[in-house]
Amino acid sequence: MIRIPCPYCGERDHSEFTYGGDGSITYPALDAPMADWLEAVFERENVRGLQLETWHHVMGCRMWLLVERDTMTHEIHSVRAAHTGLAAVLEEKS
Amino acid sequence: MTARRLDKGGRIDRSHSLKFSWDGRKIRGHAGDTLASALLANNEQILGRSFKYHRPRGIMSAGVEESGAIVTVGEGARRDANVKATTQELFDGLVATGQNAWPNVRHDAGAVSNLFSRFLVAGFYYKTFMGLPPFEWGEGTGWWMRYEKIIRRAAGMGTASREPDPDNYEHAHAFCDVLVVGAGPAGLNAALTAARAGLDVVLVEQDFEAGGDYLNQASDGSRLSELLSDLETAGVRLMTRTTAFGLYDHGTAGLLERVTNHLANPSQHMPRQRFWTLRAKQTILATGALERHVVFGNNDRPGVMTAAAARTYLNRFGVLPGEKIVISTNNDSAYIVAVDLAGSGAAVHLLDARSDIHADLAATLKGSDVHLTSGAAALNVRGNKGVSGLETALSSGMGWRQGGIEDCDLVLVSGGWSPVVNLASHRGAKPVWDGNNCCFLPGQTSEPVHMAGAAAGIWQTTACEVSGKAAGAAAANALGKSVATISMSGSAGWAHPISALYEVTVPGKKLKSFVDPQHDVTADDVRLAHREGMVSVEHLKRYTTLGMATDQGKMGNVIGMALMADALGKDISEVGTTTFRPPYTPVSLGALTGRNSGEHFRALRRTPMDRWNRDHEATMTDAGLWHRPWYFARPGETIKEAYIRETTTVRNSVGLCDVTSLGKIAVQGPDATEFLNRIYTNPFAKLAIGKARYGIMLRDDGMVMDDGTTWRLSETNYFMTTTTAHAAKVMVWLEELLHLRWPDLKVHVTSVSEQWAGCAVAGPKSRDVLAACVEDADLVSNDSLPFMGVVEARLKNGVPCRIARISFSGEMASEVYVPSDYAPAMMDLLWKAAEVLDGCLYGMEALGALRIEKGHVTGVELDGRVTIEDAGLGKMASNKKDYIGNVLRQRPDMMREDRARLVGIFPKDRSQTFNAGTILCKSDEVSGHGEGWITGVTYSPTFGHWIGIGFINGGHNAWQDKSVTVADPVRRENVDVEIVSPHMYDPDGGRHLG
Amino acid sequence: MTRFSAWSVFRNGLTGQKDWDRQWRDAQPEKQYDIVIVGGGIHGLATAYYLAKNHGLKNIAVLEKGWIGGGNAGRNTTIVRSNYFRPGNREFYEHSLKLWENLSHDLNYNVMFSQRGHVSLLHSPGAVDAAARGYNTLRLTGSDAEIWQLDQLKQEIPHLNYSANARFPILAAAVQRRAGTARHDAVVWGYARAADSHGVDIIQNCEVSAVLLDQGQITALETSRGRIKAGKVGFSVAGNTSRLWDMAGLGTLPIESHKLQAFVTEPLKPILDHVVVFGVGGTHFYMSQSDKGGLVFGGDLDWYKSYAQRGNLPIAQDVAECAISILPCLGRVRLLRHWSGVCDMSMDGAHFICKTPLDNLYLNAGWNYGGFKAGPGAGWYFADLIANDRPHDVVADHDLKRFERGVNLDERGAGPDPKLHG
Repeated sequence: MIRIPCPYCGERDHSEFTYGGDGSITYPALDAPMADWLEAVFERENVRGLQLETWHHVMGCRMWLLVERDTMTHEIHSVRAAHTGLAAVLEEKS
Repeated sequence: MTARRLDKGGRIDRSHSLKFSWDGRKIRGHAGDTLASALLANNEQILGRSFKYHRPRGIMSAGVEESGAIVTVGEGARRDANVKATTQELFDGLVATGQNAWPNVRHDAGAVSNLFSRFLVAGFYYKTFMGLPPFEWGEGTGWWMRYEKIIRRAAGMGTASREPDPDNYEHAHAFCDVLVVGAGPAGLNAALTAARAGLDVVLVEQDFEAGGDYLNQASDGSRLSELLSDLETAGVRLMTRTTAFGLYDHGTAGLLERVTNHLANPSQHMPRQRFWTLRAKQTILATGALERHVVFGNNDRPGVMTAAAARTYLNRFGVLPGEKIVISTNNDSAYIVAVDLAGSGAAVHLLDARSDIHADLAATLKGSDVHLTSGAAALNVRGNKGVSGLETALSSGMGWRQGGIEDCDLVLVSGGWSPVVNLASHRGAKPVWDGNNCCFLPGQTSEPVHMAGAAAGIWQTTACEVSGKAAGAAAANALGKSVATISMSGSAGWAHPISALYEVTVPGKKLKSFVDPQHDVTADDVRLAHREGMVSVEHLKRYTTLGMATDQGKMGNVIGMALMADALGKDISEVGTTTFRPPYTPVSLGALTGRNSGEHFRALRRTPMDRWNRDHEATMTDAGLWHRPWYFARPGETIKEAYIRETTTVRNSVGLCDVTSLGKIAVQGPDATEFLNRIYTNPFAKLAIGKARYGIMLRDDGMVMDDGTTWRLSETNYFMTTTTAHAAKVMVWLEELLHLRWPDLKVHVTSVSEQWAGCAVAGPKSRDVLAACVEDADLVSNDSLPFMGVVEARLKNGVPCRIARISFSGEMASEVYVPSDYAPAMMDLLWKAAEVLDGCLYGMEALGALRIEKGHVTGVELDGRVTIEDAGLGKMASNKKDYIGNVLRQRPDMMREDRARLVGIFPKDRSQTFNAGTILCKSDEVSGHGEGWITGVTYSPTFGHWIGIGFINGGHNAWQDKSVTVADPVRRENVDVEIVSPHMYDPDGGRHLG
Repeated sequence: MTRFSAWSVFRNGLTGQKDWDRQWRDAQPEKQYDIVIVGGGIHGLATAYYLAKNHGLKNIAVLEKGWIGGGNAGRNTTIVRSNYFRPGNREFYEHSLKLWENLSHDLNYNVMFSQRGHVSLLHSPGAVDAAARGYNTLRLTGSDAEIWQLDQLKQEIPHLNYSANARFPILAAAVQRRAGTARHDAVVWGYARAADSHGVDIIQNCEVSAVLLDQGQITALETSRGRIKAGKVGFSVAGNTSRLWDMAGLGTLPIESHKLQAFVTEPLKPILDHVVVFGVGGTHFYMSQSDKGGLVFGGDLDWYKSYAQRGNLPIAQDVAECAISILPCLGRVRLLRHWSGVCDMSMDGAHFICKTPLDNLYLNAGWNYGGFKAGPGAGWYFADLIANDRPHDVVADHDLKRFERGVNLDERGAGPDPKLHG
């Protein structure tokens, strides 16, 4: 069981969350060229080691999180709110 | 072997006798016995039969590594196959039987296979059974499958019950600072040290009694009682009969607690077992070590067991397992066993493989009648169903030569000890070979896992105690406590060096020597595997099935590796390591399932008017996790009659349908309009307040994701509906977009699916129903509530509601939503009004008929491979704005005109019927992938014949006047059809306008 | 090499198993090969075998970083079927199934392919129709497929949970009789032995550490056993494809590595004679009984990306729930082991057998859950591609550019999210 320290709820089992995907992808603008969209939607770094990924605390606060996790050891290095505004507020508070 | 219960000694309660049955015979044991110790006390020798050769097997150990005494416990629906008798606590009325044998384990017809054992060596089945013997003529799998039937029957071990398990199981969750696994000398001290540092400690012990090796010692037990009482004072949570079967990520442990396995008549309310998920900050593994066998001739005979097991039976259970005992050892640990057994009256001959015995060691035998021979070992057991004697081997140079014959009834073996590193191995810590101790030691791990005691290769009790304290202190300090660190002083290993001994052979002598007794893997099998190139440890295991039996290699793995190393002329460390996978000991599926079985498998979702529907004769059907009304049959009606009546009633009058399961999402905030405009293909920027709009959402890749209506309630407040199937997915998707892609948008989305109950009121008289039910009938007039209009109103019973004039059926229709708790009240009101208009309640089947007639798509059509054009909704793809999926939907293959497009289907002969899930083919080419497929079929009361909806290449215009056949080879004969426009009913859409 | 047969087993029984020699040579790496296949799993070994056998090619090596069959070949649930229905997928898996049917004879190695039937349980009329679409396609394209109504299902598999009170009562089943299970290790060893007998060098403990390039071509591979020059190179390394791709300087792939767990119980006397699949209410579960008697279970991915070959508890629970749900008599049966493999999950759930941006590099990857059953077919078509330097029609769409074209091979319609393509 991976234990994820949710910045809102505290440390919880990963079974409370759903895995989103590669968190390093920047999705292009809605009117961006097709090549950009193909790259973002279909291509993956597929990191073996530390990767930035998204998780959704679907059985908890329902916040999307950006998690730095090692895909070999499953060790978690950092967790922050995916929403930039919320992340900034949380940072200020802590 | 002539085992017997002693008059005194041991930890059993002689005043408490327990009756149990073995293979139909009633015998007795005592409270505190295991099934194995009780059988041994009754001098039962043959308790099992081996997997392949059906050789007789008896008790080989006193613990979880047991590979001989594997039996079936219980009867009928409670029959429990493959139980290790050594771990089954005895209770009054226990029923045990032998398995994998006919007629019984003592006389087993299957033993005939032993005669053919020379042919049945490792991997022989890969070389034959392919075709007609002897040269494997033929092709295909026919021959193999004939052989397979016979092989399958011979294989397997116990027989599982065919009846549902009547017991219940539980899941439990726990947290702690420190988890200590194993309550022996190391574990008890570790737990105590950590608890005294103020930590919350859980100590788990697989046995029914805490104590570990203390229980095996011939002492009064005062040290143990003292420790246990200290633990209680320190607040340690001690869980006996609990196995830590696996260590998982981030300090999670899986525990199996056997709650009633040892009870004669457990209360109904008690779970049989409890599966715990425990999260610990630090873990201490004090899991002990298992004594190894040595491989020699007939080392699998009943009456051959580990030396430590004999000591356990003697000191813990008061059973003397033999009268004339030969012990074969290569290390010091057997000496105390010899002394204890001799002290209880047995004649004991100790063979030590080491030629030079240190005087200190020999001195430990002083005062006992133990006869010691150095440079000697067991070579071959005599006797067919038990031990009648032992041929010995004497040290000769680097090898062995034939010795004499010992008259004996019990052979005890100690080939050294293997630390239980399994749990550390679960964490990816690769075990490391230690040549000095002849064992694998736990590998390094960066995780907060500490090893203590024999699990770390520490053999002496006092050293184990210190090691436990050291681990407890280390765990405490890692959690910020300051406990004086304790260092292990002196040698942790053997006082006198162990001598490596895995197999005893003498030149020229053919022996049948077992490495993995349960799977009948012999030393020759290992050598054959080597000759055939299966030299990697993993190939060896897979080729010979070594270590794949229910002991999971606890007995044979190390020896197998040693023999392979020998064959390769390498050191064991060069041969590789061994990976243990969870669970440490097998875990019942019942425990893993807990209460999530039967009707509790996957929580059922019911709408708030579920009871109301069923009270009104609804027959329910599954829709995902939901139960929804399927149809409302009147007395005597079939499903078909019911849905045809319901469909007709909606077309002619009015019907009510529970639509609560649709997803409902509140989309709120100053940027809500912009947000909707980006996620829907059609424009939402100018949707007026008080209006609803049908919208299509695409995925990033341009395929249709979902559809539904969204209602504008105010400038900044929308009420979105989604399909039932995709409600959760759409919600997650919207959250993802807002959090990850568009954090600048000020929008909040909230799932309100469970807050609102919905009812569709459909049919030409639907407005009459609404008018009769709302406080202000003007609010639902055609002017106030035109097509796609939305009003917030109050029902006559005072319930607030939202009404939108939307239509799935093609008739004039509305959906009415009320807060969920008022659902039955709403239904009462609406139904009263509808009933007087000869209205009806309708379910999914009529809903399907109505929408197919109208050509409306559902999730069946929108299967994730369909573009907006495929669905016939291309006009909804705006070219005036950007939205999710707009770029990738324009990929060349997705824009092809000849793609399969939505169509309607009529049978050519209108009296004929056909199925959904069928393939549309050109009539002159009914083969291959066809030209399209049918997604929905219904009898249409409107048309008076069967109709369908589906997709065909190029759409209906491409198929006018062409012959099309519906192929349904898995169910029925072909039917010729006509392809028509999907908008079969009211194509101009006049009816929904009223 | 001794031919395997009942006769040779009998003769060796009498003569003390003297004739058996290594099943494949312990080949030492040569300095140069015409064709180097990276990855000694079923796919890699099968590719080498068919290159030699079908195309008469020589001077071929298979490089394996550990022991052959140590990846997903040894970590699956051994199910073989061809009930895929998208054009291209359909023909590919059908061809693979046909190869399976005669594989033991072809390789002279009993891979124990047991065509015991693959039975997908169906729980609603809608599910029957959805399955029928695929199974009708199977039949129309020359495969076998049936829908069993409840009566027939009860006769064939008597002790499933047929209770009307079950959470999802069973209504019918979609069946492919020619499907079944095989002995996964035997497939590895059988291909290795057969490839070896055609002269293929199988080089174990040989890990590729670098890919040497010159002008859009691979010149050599740097390995833990030295530099090996290569005329053509095929990657066949499920789970590690992205890493090798990166070594070749090719950037990203439409692949994510996810772990898939498998489970086996203690051995039991025969209790289940078919492969049974249970997928309703968001579940995904399949079970069969091995010839040794253990019930083998598989379920969903863990959903989070992982290269760690180890299991976890939530999926174990999930799989147990599914097992008990359809076979309630298994409550007391015990799980003996669980493990996991790393799957190449592709963005549409379909595979890649294709050319690459490098002239002499070929890719076989993206097998999702389907790699085991695909093994013979993948070897066959991959060998065909490497030998002829152009894809066979059956795999023409299974290239890296298909997303650009908008070709849809998605059996589930799950969309471009690799974790959803179970």
